[in-house]
Amino acid sequence: MNAVTKPTFDVERIRAEFPILSQQVRGKPLVFLDSAASAQKPRAVIDAMVQAMETQYANVHRGLHWMSERTTDAYEATRDAVARLLNAPSRDEVVFTKNTTEAINLVAYSYGRGILQPGQAVVISAMEHHANLVPWQMLRDSHGIELRVAPITDAGELDMAGLEDCLRDGKVGLVSVTHMSNVLGTVVPAARVAALAHEYGARVMFDGSQAVVHRAVDVQAIGADFYTFTAHKLYGPTGLGVLWAKRELLERMPPFMGGGDMIASVSFERSTWAEVPHKFEAGTPPIVEAIGLGAAIEWVERIGFDAIQAHEAALTDHALARLAEIPGLRVLGSAQDRGGVFSFTMEGAHAHDIATLLDRQGIAVRAGNHCAEPLMRRLGVDSSARASTGIYTTPAEIDTLADTLHRVREFFA
Amino acid sequence: MFDDLRDLYSAEIRAHGRNPRHGQRLPVYDGQAKGDNPMCGDRVQVFVRRDGGAVAEAGFEARGCEITVASADLMCEAVQGQPAHHIRDMAGQVADMARTGQCEACEVALERLRPLSAVHAFPSRVKCVTLPWLALLAALDGDKEIARE
Repeated sequence: MNAVTKPTFDVERIRAEFPILSQQVRGKPLVFLDSAASAQKPRAVIDAMVQAMETQYANVHRGLHWMSERTTDAYEATRDAVARLLNAPSRDEVVFTKNTTEAINLVAYSYGRGILQPGQAVVISAMEHHANLVPWQMLRDSHGIELRVAPITDAGELDMAGLEDCLRDGKVGLVSVTHMSNVLGTVVPAARVAALAHEYGARVMFDGSQAVVHRAVDVQAIGADFYTFTAHKLYGPTGLGVLWAKRELLERMPPFMGGGDMIASVSFERSTWAEVPHKFEAGTPPIVEAIGLGAAIEWVERIGFDAIQAHEAALTDHALARLAEIPGLRVLGSAQDRGGVFSFTMEGAHAHDIATLLDRQGIAVRAGNHCAEPLMRRLGVDSSARASTGIYTTPAEIDTLADTLHRVREFFA
Repeated sequence: MFDDLRDLYSAEIRAHGRNPRHGQRLPVYDGQAKGDNPMCGDRVQVFVRRDGGAVAEAGFEARGCEITVASADLMCEAVQGQPAHHIRDMAGQVADMARTGQCEACEVALERLRPLSAVHAFPSRVKCVTLPWLALLAALDGDKEIARE
């Protein structure tokens, strides 16, 4: 008997669960290589959302009637699912937001203005999405917080010595970095970053928008203080993001937005706040979307991150090998630990022109600066094309991309 | 493969996109403006030298796709000698042409820009054609540093 259980992963069976993947685009089979921007949705997610609206829907946390109670149960069950996904110590540490951007803004507002003091500093890295840059610039300008940028190496990895230099004077209150770059695919050594930040007395937050899709995340093992992600990249719906934070931090932080659902008592003179996490969830939340995320997490858990990671590692090796065959093509970044995101430039062809040609063959990629303009400058490029894989991506699709890129090169020669 | 792209990437557009004749800063200019397309990262800086009420010469620096560069180059060619007040009409005609593929009202000066009308079949690329014109209008207005598409 074989003691090692090999993950079983049948990509064709997975694909069959995504209705959209049987679509044709411009008469060609859809080759969807833009999952890092937003992933497609499996039948399980679509059905869960439709079923909620068709059979079991009312507002949550306020009705005394059957429908509201059942809907509240379903909505709150997703909080349990998220806690499980991140191995969070408590479901009460899971806050629902609109997306990752709102989760980071919540921290910048509530922790930034409520806990950090003027004169303290926040450190980000040189490979952040604008979502993890602009809120800190706003905090800097409104609250006198210094913003520091930890450098990256030419390989596109976080420069740990550079990060330590940023921390050395002890003024840093928070380190906020991506867990996986949306441009380079680099996976940041989160546990090492957290340990370093804590050594200098700083808290640490990870933008897990990309990472949570590609590998098992354990916020306790990492030693994170805050962790954020968004449902729509994890095969769930748009309109819902997650902030996980340690309970003691959430309890100390003032609310982000005021309104219904986040209060304990209200009078015209004053209001008191609900317990966490509800203190941070003002107004009617995205109920159906939360139910959709619950279904997405269960669906991903059924496949298992071991299988997902093995599939992706094989795809990444294949993609890097095939892209390397194309003369004049440069893949940005060469991190040791990387996931299925490949940004590239091609001599003699601009990224937008490449994307338009690929689109004509049914291949969806992104082109531009990928909401990471400072990173593009650091890499010395104006824009790049980006192919990104999902759980449903096949080696044959990577071959189609590579073969078509050869033809793109000929076209622009 | 790509046969249906031969209209958009015609020989004319490709020639202007790869080897623009006006793709440099003017040695002497009395108006300039940058045009940004923040969604895709394209940037065009347009320079104009006036002669009385007309544009004597226009030039540009760009980081962008072939369509943007070709549009900027053909624009600089088309506006040479045109009265500044008339250039706003031309910009409107080019924008209409880029969006609809038609240009019934297009004047003779815009005839050489006609290949750019193929962009109407690519809605996400229409801005590539219109960005240089926005920057030019901002340069003529004089008080605008940045125009955004």
